[in-house]
Amino acid sequence: MGHLSKEEGIKAVNRGLGLLAVITLVEVLVSLFGKGHLGIEPDWSFNVNLGLYEGPLAPLLIIVGLLLIGLSLYKAYYIVYKFMHMADEVKGLRMSVLLPMLLFVWAIIAFFQEGNSWKERRDQILEKNKIETNTVVIVEDAAEEVELHQDENH
Amino acid sequence: MATDTVKEHDGQSEGGAWDGGQAPMKASYGKLMMWYFLLSDAFTFTGFLIAYGTLRFSSPTWPVPDFVFKTFPFVDASKEMPLIFVTVMSFVLIISSGTMVRAVQEGHRENQKGVVFWMLMTILGGATFLGCQAWEWSNLIGTEHMTVTRNPFGTHTHNGAYLADDGTVNSDDTFEMGASYLIHTAEHAAHGHGGDHGDDHGAHGDSHDEHQDAGHDSHTDTHDDHHGDAHAVAVSSDAYAEGDHGGYVVKDGFVLRKYKIQEEDGSYSDDTYTEAFGPKAFGALFFAITGFHGFHVFSGVLFLFIIMINAASGQYAARKNGYEMVEKIGLYWHFVDLVWVFVFLAFYLL
Repeated sequence: MGHLSKEEGIKAVNRGLGLLAVITLVEVLVSLFGKGHLGIEPDWSFNVNLGLYEGPLAPLLIIVGLLLIGLSLYKAYYIVYKFMHMADEVKGLRMSVLLPMLLFVWAIIAFFQEGNSWKERRDQILEKNKIETNTVVIVEDAAEEVELHQDENH
Repeated sequence: MATDTVKEHDGQSEGGAWDGGQAPMKASYGKLMMWYFLLSDAFTFTGFLIAYGTLRFSSPTWPVPDFVFKTFPFVDASKEMPLIFVTVMSFVLIISSGTMVRAVQEGHRENQKGVVFWMLMTILGGATFLGCQAWEWSNLIGTEHMTVTRNPFGTHTHNGAYLADDGTVNSDDTFEMGASYLIHTAEHAAHGHGGDHGDDHGAHGDSHDEHQDAGHDSHTDTHDDHHGDAHAVAVSSDAYAEGDHGGYVVKDGFVLRKYKIQEEDGSYSDDTYTEAFGPKAFGALFFAITGFHGFHVFSGVLFLFIIMINAASGQYAARKNGYEMVEKIGLYWHFVDLVWVFVFLAFYLL
């Protein structure tokens, strides 16, 4: 690891802080723009029943979302590589820490798809829950009947 | 057996990887283990955030962050400052990360005073962040009545208009599909703090004596000609009592406003609906995940404090590996900042 002089060190920290601060500020502004603040009246509105935004410029919101995720990933890269000095570690260490993270690519796709599926099949799930609840009631009734019979036997 | 042992021993003496003298991956034991601990911690946090995303995807509505997080300390709640406070919190954490880098740099330069000073700055940053989070939580719990099992932030699923206190449609008091609302407690509504609850409730409350107890001396707007004159407004003790009222239903101490859905042609539905609580999972996820992150900040501050004391006492100056302990807590501290990047993204930005 290169040992910096005091001046070099301060310069590197200030550059990092400035970069992260500017990215965070841009993120907040992009987010507020997407939510319709900043004095710009958006042409999109949220349709709760469809679960998505409607309007001619609504696809812009996908770009807003992707931009926010991209900027956050860049911040994460900067913190790990510059502040935590991952760039100075050997390749084996870098890969052994970073490659396991790729598992989340699968996890995020799979679980978010699953969540979305719950939403789309909400009515079916409620219907199924109702049937299962009824079944439980019948079982309870049967148990009571058995108890009644036992009482009679006594 | 004996020959095998000798062979093995020979291999080691030639400077094999298992000889012990070499650090695997050219990193010390402590730093290597810190990296793997952080990897496991990253799995925990990502698991939490994936659970958040899954439940958010599964819910037809979700509280909009720019509506939920729009308050600022010492600023009146009616003034909207969306995401401003949490941006300040982010800056505090980023700056404390920068001061931590400075502490590690001074450690490389074997500058004991520099290490202690910059670690102290980092501790102050962490403590400031925790203070901000404490205010945010107490505001959500105490003022807005969110708990792990109750989410008063709801979303309108239709266009519509609220009912006035006499039970008729107030066509001036409308809302749009997708708009957010906050359900207030009866006590709040009676005191006229109902920021989102429409000015019809808020305005007259301000003209009355705010010091009276809510349950006994709740005021109501009687729509008489002397509106605004404190002496003329009828005082009704049951204005926010449990049960069905003209413009709202009071249930479990919460005021659920009544509304009618506006159809495509502008007419209002025959059926009357009441506002409902938002998805329950929001409160549980918010407090669990930001709480778990806050706990990391808290333990980070504790460890920073211990290591700062050690550095100040000259313990590390005497060690062979210098200020490596400062590097290790630095890795942990940057990781806490790293996690916040994604908590910030999931809860506040998206």
